[in-house]
Amino acid sequence: MKELKQQLKATREGYVEGILQAGRQNDRVVVIEGDVSSSIGSAAFNEEFPERFFNLGASEQDMLGEAAGLALTGFIPFVGTYGVFLTGRAWDQIRTGICYMNLDVRIAGAHGGLSVGPDGATHQALEDIALMRVLPNMHILVPADANQTRASVLASLEVEGPVYIRFGRNAVPQIYDKEKKVKIGKGNLLKEGSDITLVACGALVNPALRAAEILEKTGVAAGVIDMVSIKPLDNELLLDQVEGTGVVVVAENHQETGGLFGAVAETLALNLPVKMDVVAVHNSFGTSGSPAEVMGKYGLTASSIAEKARGLLR
Amino acid sequence: MIDKLYLKHLSLQVRLDVLEMVKTARSGHLGGSFSAVEILVELYWNEMNIRPEEPGWQDRDRFILSKGHACPALYSVLARRGYFEPEELLTLRKLGSRLQGHPSMLDLPGLDASTGSLGHGLAVACGIAHGIRLDKKKSRVYCLLGDGELQEGSIWEAAMTASHYNLKHLTAIVDRNRVQLDGDVSEVMEIEPLVDKWLAFGWDVIVAQGHSFQSLAKAFEHCNETLLPSVIIANTVKGKGVSFMEGTSKWHGKYPDDREYKEAVKEIRGNYS
Repeated sequence: MKELKQQLKATREGYVEGILQAGRQNDRVVVIEGDVSSSIGSAAFNEEFPERFFNLGASEQDMLGEAAGLALTGFIPFVGTYGVFLTGRAWDQIRTGICYMNLDVRIAGAHGGLSVGPDGATHQALEDIALMRVLPNMHILVPADANQTRASVLASLEVEGPVYIRFGRNAVPQIYDKEKKVKIGKGNLLKEGSDITLVACGALVNPALRAAEILEKTGVAAGVIDMVSIKPLDNELLLDQVEGTGVVVVAENHQETGGLFGAVAETLALNLPVKMDVVAVHNSFGTSGSPAEVMGKYGLTASSIAEKARGLLR
Repeated sequence: MIDKLYLKHLSLQVRLDVLEMVKTARSGHLGGSFSAVEILVELYWNEMNIRPEEPGWQDRDRFILSKGHACPALYSVLARRGYFEPEELLTLRKLGSRLQGHPSMLDLPGLDASTGSLGHGLAVACGIAHGIRLDKKKSRVYCLLGDGELQEGSIWEAAMTASHYNLKHLTAIVDRNRVQLDGDVSEVMEIEPLVDKWLAFGWDVIVAQGHSFQSLAKAFEHCNETLLPSVIIANTVKGKGVSFMEGTSKWHGKYPDDREYKEAVKEIRGNYS
């Protein structure tokens, strides 16, 4: 198993590093912001490339429409704001204005999941992955740490068509080093395990690794997949691992319907029906509190993952 | 500049095409197509710098039909302008056709965007105007809006952006036919005072007669010279060209039966003789 580096860093910092590098590599990369550039950090792109940076104010529908227009003239726009408004308010623009034309727009949903914390339910994107996953042509990446977020931004330049990249606000432990690349359609096997497979993404990857450690102490060998690519899902890796274990727990910082659990369940239902359980938000809105408190209240923790695993193995 | 009589003849042809297409498809939007005919003909024959034989030409002027339901008129204009054979027009809305019920760019070369969900087009046109400026090109982008469509809030988000960024390469045209699906725009949801609204949003506004090539040409000439994003409020008549279709919401999305079709053809031909 990969040794965990306990250095903490916010995934949004990785987003900023990613767009800066993308902007330096490719002069067709432009950034569209919606009055939160100082919050998610993309103001740094404005400092380096002011002519390729557009702050459109609080207007998500306009942001996505403009992105479509810029893509139609051959630019590669990164549209960033809080994921909950980006995917909710402007869903029709993303559907008909971007996905239907299969445009090269990169949509960066910041502040994903419960871990936004104190801002509460209105700002906690818990439905964004589901909303993006039903759209034809869309790709979805949910990176787990800052380095993987940076790598996700760069990976998005390797495919044609729209890409949704979802990342978080608070600092999370670093799992990957700077050299580790992301490939759309590929997950990462972080730990081999013969008894059960834990599949996680984003902020739940680190808890899944810790859950595997907890399980190991009681003699359970849990494998851990970081499913950074939710669409397309890495079916090959998933089926390969689950064939060996026959039991799966999925963990995600999202509603339990329509997101990673939905994607994994769909693949397994069609190819390899097995016993499954899920650690996610159950048909409920979030609430205010510190990120750790809120994650704890809704059970998005290593101990919940370990408990669900034990329940399935009982 | 193309001769006015020839443009009139083209408008006659487009209206006959649209009528036959919608009759054959047994669905489609006649009223809002007819009101936009002269605007489209003026744009595609007199205003836009395009190459029908090279639809993806990078330096072309672009056109976004934000009121996507008027696509029968746009399809006819594209065919008559040489983008594809007019024979294909009668495949409108049929399975396997490139002429989708609302414009689909990936299906039909010559379309500059896919539209159909009202309220999208102006923001897309703003993005294109940004792109044109970044590339230091001289192209222009035109966006045709319905008047009922102006009830969509997203239009006004884009209107703010256009003036904030001074997108002078952008010209919007409002097909002001005063009728939407449910009835008169003023009764469904009033959009007046329209000129004041656009002025307040920082646009250069010009009012034109939307069925007069002379008036439209003058308006476009003004737009080409202004340093602001510009909008032409084109006063039109819904269903223009067929008396029993004019000014009524009844013909927003209805197809003609045989008798109505024959009567309409007779009237259109009569109007231009």
